[in-house]
Amino acid sequence: MFDNLQDKLDKAFHVLKGHGQITEVNVADTLKEIRRALVDADVSFKIAKEFTNTVKEKALGEKVLTSLKPGQVLTKVVHDEMARLMGGDAVDLNLEGKPSVILMAGLQGSGKTTHSGKLANHLKRKRTKKVLLVACDVYRPAAIDQLHVVGEQIGVEVFSDKENKNPVDIAEKAIAHAKQNGHNVVIVDTAGRLAIDQEMMTEIRNIHEAVKPQETLFVVDSMTGQDAVNTAKAFNDVLDYEGVILTKLDGDTRGGAALTIRTVVNKPIKFIGTGEKMDALDVFHPSRMADRILGMGDVVSLVERAQEQFDEDEARRVQKKIAKNQFDFDDFLGQISQIKKMGNVKDLMGMIPGMGKMMKNVDIDDDAFKGVEAIIQSMTKEERANPKLINGSRRQRIASGSGTSIQEVNQLMKQFSEMSKMMKMMQGGGAKKMANMMKGMGGRGPF
Amino acid sequence: MGIFGKLFSKEEKKEQLDQGLEKTKASVFSKLSKAIAGKSKVDDEVLDELEEVLISSDVGVNTTVKIIEAIEERVSRDKYLGTAELNQILREEIANLLQDALDGSQGFELPAHRPHVIMVVGVNGVGKTTTIGKLAYQYKQAGLEVVLGAADTFRAAAVDQLGIWSERVGVPIVKQAMGSDPASVAFDAVQSAISRKADVVIIDTAGRLHNKVNLMNELSKIKRVMQKLVPEAPHEVLLVLDASTGQNALEQAKQFSKATEVSALALTKLDGTAKGGVAIGISDQLQIPVKYIGVGEGIEDLQLFDKDAFVNSLFEH
Repeated sequence: MFDNLQDKLDKAFHVLKGHGQITEVNVADTLKEIRRALVDADVSFKIAKEFTNTVKEKALGEKVLTSLKPGQVLTKVVHDEMARLMGGDAVDLNLEGKPSVILMAGLQGSGKTTHSGKLANHLKRKRTKKVLLVACDVYRPAAIDQLHVVGEQIGVEVFSDKENKNPVDIAEKAIAHAKQNGHNVVIVDTAGRLAIDQEMMTEIRNIHEAVKPQETLFVVDSMTGQDAVNTAKAFNDVLDYEGVILTKLDGDTRGGAALTIRTVVNKPIKFIGTGEKMDALDVFHPSRMADRILGMGDVVSLVERAQEQFDEDEARRVQKKIAKNQFDFDDFLGQISQIKKMGNVKDLMGMIPGMGKMMKNVDIDDDAFKGVEAIIQSMTKEERANPKLINGSRRQRIASGSGTSIQEVNQLMKQFSEMSKMMKMMQGGGAKKMANMMKGMGGRGPF
Repeated sequence: MGIFGKLFSKEEKKEQLDQGLEKTKASVFSKLSKAIAGKSKVDDEVLDELEEVLISSDVGVNTTVKIIEAIEERVSRDKYLGTAELNQILREEIANLLQDALDGSQGFELPAHRPHVIMVVGVNGVGKTTTIGKLAYQYKQAGLEVVLGAADTFRAAAVDQLGIWSERVGVPIVKQAMGSDPASVAFDAVQSAISRKADVVIIDTAGRLHNKVNLMNELSKIKRVMQKLVPEAPHEVLLVLDASTGQNALEQAKQFSKATEVSALALTKLDGTAKGGVAIGISDQLQIPVKYIGVGEGIEDLQLFDKDAFVNSLFEH
C-alpha cells in the first residue's frame, strides 16, 4: 500500500549512494525528496517538515559511525523515525465492560457501517463474543437497512428503532437490551458527520456521555488528504477517542494519513480495513507498516495469515503424498483453495519483500487461479489422480471442457510436473537444485 | 430533526465559519504582499508560504510547483508587482489550470437527444447515491422527466437508499434484487426511460476501488450493454470525488477515465474543512472539468462548480 512512497524513497536514496558520507549539502536534496514524497503520500505538510528535520539531525549525528554507506544510514534513520512516529506496539481493544461498549464515529463515507460489521464479525469469530450491533444513524437514507443486511450476513443481532429519531435514546435502549440478553459487546454505529457541524458533534458527545463506551473508535478513510489533521483533531477534542480504524487500505493510496493522525492525536490505529468482505479487517502493526514503507516487505503479516488458514492435517497428508511422489491434481486444487483462503493474491504478493514494486503494474486478482481451476475441474477423477494418463486427445477434451486452449493445458501440465519435481527435491533437502529449477521456470503462470 | 432543520442550522454555522476565517485569510495575503512589494522576484519565503497554503489544500507537489513556476515567470516578466496584482495573478494562474465544461453546457439544461444517459461512478463512500438524488432533484426542478437506475446491486441496502431518494424527489426508479447483474439493471433503466420518453436517466453504480481490475471491467460492461439501446450512451460519465481525499484522487480519476471515459467531476463534501485542491491537478492533467460541488446532505445542496469561488476558497484557511 505504500509502494509509491517506497519508489520515491528508493529514488531519493539512490542519489545518496554515490557519496561517501552524509553532509549538510548532499543530504539536503534527499531530504527535500523525502519531504515531497511524504507530502505526495498525503502526510500533513507540517508533519512531513518536522519529520525531515528530525531525520536530518539524527543522520548528521551518525555520519562518523558508519560513514561508508550513507544511503543505508539514512534508510535506517528514516525507518526508525517513521516507526516512532506511528507509535509503539499494537494496542488491543478494551473489552472490560459488562457489556463493553464500542462507539464508532467519523465522517460521511469513511466506512463506519461496514466496519461496525467487520468488527462484530471479528469479535464473534475470533474472541467468541456475543455481539449486538446498534443502528444510530437516523439520518442517511437506508443506513439502518444497511446495518441489518450486514448483521444478517455475519449472523449478529442488530438493534434498531426506525420510528425513533433520537440516537441517544436508541443507544441507551440498546444497552438495556444487551444486558437483558447477555450480549458481551455492543457496537454503536453512528451517522457520518463533519467535524465543523456543531449540532452533530454535540449529538455524538451526548451519545458518548450516555453510553460511556470503553472504546470509541474514529473511523477514517486511508485516502484522506491534508484534512486528516483537522478532522482527527476535531473528533478527538470532542470524544477523546481510544483508537482509530483506517479503512480502504486495499486501494493503492499511499496512506500518509496514518502517519498524520498518529502524530496529531497520539492515538493508536487499532485496525485496518482491507476489502469489502466481512473478514477484511486486520490488526494494525506500526512497525510492520514502517518496514513496508521502506521496502522491507511485510513478511510477518504474511506468515500470520498463512498460519491462520493453515490446515495441519491436510498439510501432513500432502507432505506424505509428495514424499511418495504421489502429489496429484486433486492435491494441487486443494493447495490453490488454501492459498485463496488466505486472501487477495495481490495483497499477499505485496507483502513479500521486493515484490511490492514488481507487482505494482501487474493485474493479479482473486481470479488468477480461475483458468487453472477450470482445467483441473475438467479432468476426470482418474486423470487427476494419475496425471500420466493425460495424453493428446484427453488434453484436447480438457481444453474444450474448460474453455481454454490446448496450449494452456500443456503449459499447466508442464508446470505441474516441474512443481512435483521441485516438491520432491524440497523433501530431499535439495535446496540448491531447487533454486536452479526456479530460475528455469522464470515466472510463467500464477504459481 | 429532519433534513430541513439540519439545512438551516448549517447555513448559520457557515456564516460563523466565514467570519472566523477572515482573519487567517488576511494574514496569508498580507505576508505575501509584504514580502513581494517592490521586488522583481518573489523571494523564497513567500514561495514557501504559498507552497504551504497550496499543499495544505491537497493541491499536490507537482501542481503546486507548476503554479509557483508560472508565478515566478510572470513576476520576472512584469517586474514590479503590488499586492493587488499578485493576488490577481495567483488566482488567474490557478484558474487557468481548471478546465471549462467541454460541452459548454450551463446549468441543468440538456442537449437535444433523448434520453440523456448519465452514469455515476467513484470509489466507496464518496457520495454517489446522494449526488444522484440531488442531481435528479435539479433536473426535475428544471422541468425534465428523470429515471433512476439502481445498478449498485452490491453494497448492503444501496438500492433502498436510492429508492428513498426517488421517493423524496418524486421520480421513478428501476431496480432489481441485491446481487443481480448491474449491467442488466442499467439496461432496464435505459429501456424504461425510452418507453416513458423520459429526458434523462441517471445510473447509480457500486463504489469500487480503482485498482480492482474486475470491478473496473464491470463498468465497461455496463457501458457496452447500455449502448445496445442507445449507441452514444452514456452521454455523461460523472466521477464523484470526496473533497477530503488526498493525492490518490488523481489515480482514481486516471483509472476511472481508462475504464469509462469520465466526462466531468462532482466534488462532494465541500461543506467541511477539506478544500479539494486535488481537483486542480486532475482537471489540468486529464482535461476533465469539475461540473458540480456537493455542499451538504440536503436535497438542494448541489451547486454548479464556480471556478472563482473555488479558487478563493483555497485561501480561506
